[in-house]
Amino acid sequence: MSNGSTRRIIACLDVTHGRVVKGVQFVDLIDAGDPAELARLHAESGADEIVLLDITATSDARPILIDVVRRTASQLFVPFTVGGGVRSLDDAAALFDAGADKISINSAAIKQPEIITQIAERFGSQAVVVAIDAKRRPAALTSNSSVAITAALGRQNLGEIFSGESNISAEVYLAGGRVATGRDAVAWAREAESRGAGEILLTSMDCDGTRNGFDCPLTAAVAQAVSIPVIASGGAGTPQHFVEVFEAGSADAALAASIFHFGIHDVRELKATLQQAGIPVRLPC
Amino acid sequence: MTVTLIDYRAGNLASVRKAFAFLGRQTVTTEDPDEVRRATALVLPGVGHFSTTERLATSGVRAAVEEAIARGVPFLGICVGMQWQFGGSTEAPNTAGLALFKGSCERFQTGLKVPHVGWNRIVRTSEGAESRLLRGVEDGSFVYFTHSYRAPVVAGVSAVTSYGETFAACVERGNIFGTQFHPEKSGDNGLRMLRNFCEFAEEGGAR
Repeated sequence: MSNGSTRRIIACLDVTHGRVVKGVQFVDLIDAGDPAELARLHAESGADEIVLLDITATSDARPILIDVVRRTASQLFVPFTVGGGVRSLDDAAALFDAGADKISINSAAIKQPEIITQIAERFGSQAVVVAIDAKRRPAALTSNSSVAITAALGRQNLGEIFSGESNISAEVYLAGGRVATGRDAVAWAREAESRGAGEILLTSMDCDGTRNGFDCPLTAAVAQAVSIPVIASGGAGTPQHFVEVFEAGSADAALAASIFHFGIHDVRELKATLQQAGIPVRLPC
Repeated sequence: MTVTLIDYRAGNLASVRKAFAFLGRQTVTTEDPDEVRRATALVLPGVGHFSTTERLATSGVRAAVEEAIARGVPFLGICVGMQWQFGGSTEAPNTAGLALFKGSCERFQTGLKVPHVGWNRIVRTSEGAESRLLRGVEDGSFVYFTHSYRAPVVAGVSAVTSYGETFAACVERGNIFGTQFHPEKSGDNGLRMLRNFCEFAEEGGAR
């Protein structure tokens, strides 16, 4: 509690056709329940925020399900972010009206980056989360040295390692991981910030759904490159993974979906582990 | 009781409306100065840039709010709505606040990440010991912040928060209340404050 801020644990609901699902590396979807019910349960058990992502809205080329958002928001009094299929200021406005506090934009932000500025000017930067789905480029994947260096040196030296154009090479993907863009994830995060994004939601496609831990070097590279908060996503499997992403990954918040859905871990229990490791969290919550 | 939410076309009023609905209170949303003048309880939500409050002056809402406050109507400002109760903000140096509290708002300069986003603790000042808004809320409770500018700790500040430096989290004087954080997004603690505000208004406010 040296500076007063706490690290956030964000529960993510991946929704398709009105139901919460969770896949492994974006495929093999499994039904996990009703979004409104799960959102309320996560908030009660200590989640600091709730994110609802309509993961097939973009690939199905349909708008996000407003009534699911409205129903989920009506009983939720923690910050609520909604994303998936937001293509215009009007789409965003409809979601805010349905009770979203923040909008997460992904594909639309790449295709028409001015939408970041438009939403930020109308609703404030705090309401704009730019979601980046990133996959390590093959060269970086084989370079285990950067991972080892990160682990050995710890957080204080990451700035030197990842200053400037970082050693980490990761490519931005769109449409739920279906379309490669050729864009560099770190550079895109910087541009999103300059256009008015209030937060970056960074998902590692390599780690997503594996439960083997977050991509800490990639998270650290993005967190060092921008001054806005970075939410790490993809790979959570144990409480220790969260400790790692807050320390080695310099994340401001961490997001997890599958870890919570089937009652594997309670958020409160996760936070107790974080607190014991010296990471400031909202507890009691 | 009906809570009048002031709309100045900045940000999102749905969350605040939803919280009052959950507490069983009616709301009306307006930018009509006459409706503001007739209100029994006024809330100015706010996110975004301080310059958006300029609209309140040009539309006549500012004068209506000042009249209502003088009549004793309970008035709650949230986030930029609280900052507007101070003299101004370096975010928009040419836009005047209500100057109900001394000093003006400045950007965080602590080397920490800006904006300050997330849950942080509030602690009462000695002046805030009997705060009506915070009644039943424990010292050290967590609430949700998202802001880049902060108000100074001056007379009238009822609770403070620390983020590299100590700043005003709540203000309170008579029928005037403000929170830098978002009570509508702060779980049970925030709902408790909104309920306290409603009950204060229903008891007849400061009169």
